[in-house]
Amino acid sequence: MITKSYIREQLKQVKDPEIPTISIVDLGIVTGIDIHENDVHVTLTPTFAGCPALRLMEDMVVNHLNSYNQLGKITVETSFETTWTTDLITDEGHAAIKKHGLAPPIRNCSNITMEVIEATNCPYCDSDNTSMKSPFGPTLCRSLHYCNNCKQAFEGFKPI
Amino acid sequence: MLLKQEAENPQITYNSNKMNSIDALKELLYKIADDQLIIGHRNSEWTGLGPILEEDIAFSSMAQDKIGQSEHIYNLLHQLGEADADTVAFTRNSAQFHSSQFVELPIGDYSFSLIRHFLFDFAEYLRFESLKSSSYEPLAQVSKKFFGEIKYHTMHANTWVNQLGKGNEESHTKMQDSLNYAWNYALGMFEQGPAEDLLISENIFIGEKALQDVWLGTITPLLTQSNLTIPAQENWKPIFGGRFGKHSQHLQPLLEEMTEVYSIDPSADW
Repeated sequence: MITKSYIREQLKQVKDPEIPTISIVDLGIVTGIDIHENDVHVTLTPTFAGCPALRLMEDMVVNHLNSYNQLGKITVETSFETTWTTDLITDEGHAAIKKHGLAPPIRNCSNITMEVIEATNCPYCDSDNTSMKSPFGPTLCRSLHYCNNCKQAFEGFKPI
Repeated sequence: MLLKQEAENPQITYNSNKMNSIDALKELLYKIADDQLIIGHRNSEWTGLGPILEEDIAFSSMAQDKIGQSEHIYNLLHQLGEADADTVAFTRNSAQFHSSQFVELPIGDYSFSLIRHFLFDFAEYLRFESLKSSSYEPLAQVSKKFFGEIKYHTMHANTWVNQLGKGNEESHTKMQDSLNYAWNYALGMFEQGPAEDLLISENIFIGEKALQDVWLGTITPLLTQSNLTIPAQENWKPIFGGRFGKHSQHLQPLLEEMTEVYSIDPSADW
């Protein structure tokens, strides 16, 4: 008997191609799993509308689930029905982001201001004595910061 | 020559008496997506040329956001029976584009790009804020997503407009001159569509007039805080036409550059 929680567990092995320490499940983008007999339909929600990894992640889900012989037809769709925000990232996801050397996004991101993003803690020394250099970084989901305490430039996962 | 081209490429015409709510919705989606695609392309022209590395990255990121968002709006149009996103984006000529003339203007110097970024992005931000409660559910869904993304664009714009508006005499003068030049083009963003009343009565969209009022109420205090002055109202002469396919000489060359690869090989992929 194939269950949603079984599929969800297997999808933890599919990692974000840009931050390979975090799974797509902990990233919070798996918004639906529908099972009909042995067929599995997975719904993903985009992190950023312009994220180039979107189609790649769809393919990764199909390829990964196709490696299980007991599963039938695998289909994936991307839908905006659930709006992705960084609040959907799990606690494990926060730890994984930090492990990659990025500052995790602050929680409760509905009222983002420059001041809020400024107050990002350094992922290396945890200091709050940091400054933001730019709200735009090397990928759409990252901002650029500098830690005045350990004199280290770092990137943050943008709260959105 | 121009007349011949116009004869071959008739601009967009509507019979507003015959428009149903689907036609009106398509017109709304086209103008949103076309604005985003064209401004996204213009933003991308700063890639490799930004005055500092962070700004190069910022304009490149915003280009990526806007072009990505336009694709999702074109997908909504595709669901309503229009051609697929690539075909719509890459095979139309300028007279078939619904974008405002504001977005097609060349990037100019950085002060102009920043002022346009400020004026355009606040309009876009407020447009999506209102569309979050659109009665057309697929549009409401993407608007919720885009709204969160564009918030970063408006924060970025306001930071720079404020710093340079209040900077030194040179930076202030450049920003004020760019604002004066941009203003009537910016007002052209709010050109009314052919079925404005229908969109409003069906609760699809609040309408351009209401949007312009919210926009003015938002940007006026921000510009004042940045020591910048909006041109006197008696001089307001909105530059309309874009929504109906009437464009400046700047759009067609942009489209030719944007579609260069597609024109050589429509199946090109990377």
